[in-house]
Amino acid sequence: MKSLIPIDKFQIKNPIKLDSGEYVDSCEVAFKTYGTLNKKKTNAILVCHALSGDQFCSDINPLTKKQGWWNILIGPGKVIDTNIFFVICSNVLGGCMGSTGPSSVNPQTKTNYGLKFPVITISDMVKVQEKLVSALGIKKLFAVIGGSMGGMQTLEWATKFSNKVNVAIPIATSYRHSAQNIAFHEIGRQAIMADPVWNKGNYYKTRKGPKGGLSVARMIAHITYLSERALQRKFGRNLQNSDFFSFNFDTDFQIESYLKHQGSSFVERFDANSYLYITKAMDYFDLSVKKGGLSNVFKNSNVNFCFFSFTSDWLFPTSETKTIIKSLNSSNAMVSFVEIKTDKGHDAFLLDEPEFHATLKGFIQGQIGKHEI
Amino acid sequence: MRKNLRKDLFVISKLINDKETILDVGCGSGNLLDFLLKTKKAFCRGIEISQTGVNDCVKKGLSVIQGDANYDLDDYPNNAFSTVILSQTIQAMIFPDTVIKNLIRIGRRAIISFPNFGYWKVRKDLLFKGKMPKNDILPYEWFDTPNIHLCSCKDFKLFCKNNNIIIEKFMCLSEKGIEMKTNYFSNLLAYQVIFCVSKKKKN
Repeated sequence: MKSLIPIDKFQIKNPIKLDSGEYVDSCEVAFKTYGTLNKKKTNAILVCHALSGDQFCSDINPLTKKQGWWNILIGPGKVIDTNIFFVICSNVLGGCMGSTGPSSVNPQTKTNYGLKFPVITISDMVKVQEKLVSALGIKKLFAVIGGSMGGMQTLEWATKFSNKVNVAIPIATSYRHSAQNIAFHEIGRQAIMADPVWNKGNYYKTRKGPKGGLSVARMIAHITYLSERALQRKFGRNLQNSDFFSFNFDTDFQIESYLKHQGSSFVERFDANSYLYITKAMDYFDLSVKKGGLSNVFKNSNVNFCFFSFTSDWLFPTSETKTIIKSLNSSNAMVSFVEIKTDKGHDAFLLDEPEFHATLKGFIQGQIGKHEI
Repeated sequence: MRKNLRKDLFVISKLINDKETILDVGCGSGNLLDFLLKTKKAFCRGIEISQTGVNDCVKKGLSVIQGDANYDLDDYPNNAFSTVILSQTIQAMIFPDTVIKNLIRIGRRAIISFPNFGYWKVRKDLLFKGKMPKNDILPYEWFDTPNIHLCSCKDFKLFCKNNNIIIEKFMCLSEKGIEMKTNYFSNLLAYQVIFCVSKKKKN
């Protein structure tokens, strides 16, 4: 199925050294671009996707035939206007949409990596993205933007490659994964690993992955992306099929049906091992342990930051963003921050939030004035 | 550009030197910061509580944080700015005393402007009409006003004295926003007042 769709890929010839000390040989980066790179190559925006995302951020996703995950925000005439900007989005290292990950074939053994794939970090993902950006001839990105794990990558870009970024827009994210977030991820991983089909990550020959485990992982995670209020508003205690309880363990409530659908549709497009690797990368993320604390990380930064958080996001609450703001303030960085009022929880960054879009649009306009594009 | 600027803000802008580092607390739509950025090449930052205010600011390319001066000033380090500005906002603060102390901690000086509650017309409203005073800068009814900590020019001076705060400069504005000479009767005659204050240096 996947092989029938042409996917743009960039191959890194030299082995990539990872944070773990291990190497990935002939690493491939699947990516998609929208808009046109200008002559001076100053109008590029790198979009970083979240845990379950992919490179198809705008337009129609050729694999699912559905709208790209940020199509609401990116496209001609939209907030991130592809008539003005050249948008790059790449599938993360460890992913399963064409970039090298656990489901890829190891060129040395000619078999799928499975758990032989080295454990990766957010920083490793960014290292690989930087190679792609350089290969496109871009010396400095106009902006890096992303929500959730995409926000972590944005922060990593702004610290690791601060001289290659004019503007950083981290959304609904944090400088580190909290204990609660790690806990939820661990439950998801345990669900996958408890599925007998998983077989210690060695399931690629069977063509049937640990769908039960992965779908439970997705169901748990999905609850954390919403809010109690939004769940109550959308589903309440509404029953799915009748006015009466079934008095068995079939689906009674609409919320059950909704979660099952989220789980079963996810397993069709996502690799269980990728889920293990990417969640681990998020758990490892912590900017505050680098170079003597968080405030030091941003010292002398010339990056223009604009942070967004959402009031009902309990996965990456506003307090996390405020901690980063505090550090940025103490290093006199150029930082803006807006907390958007919404009951839609963490997922709000992907949804139609007019206030969020208006502020983001304004910020980008303001930055166009400051940086030549 | 000056046209967009409130008269009291223009007076404040004249107090700012070139290339100062400025924090405008309650910066609204960012008109003062934008003016200081363009005319004084100042290094500008802002805090604003309203979403629309922040939107307007970021549109101008300004770096502004959505936040509440009552709580969020604690996050700023000591002496991070040369001047911190609080214009027409102190009277709406929940903790004006803490806010003022924070302003002079964060900035080497603070410029604070507010409507003078000692102004003779304000007194007249209460004395002859027996009603809560209302005017252009105090336009609200008693029940919907955000102004919960109004003070007179004299109150503010006393506050500074009791808290070891140095008044570096004191300016008065008329109802038309014109600068007036300060004298013994300023508390009666000034419609708006502007104070430049700083912390007492430890010997």
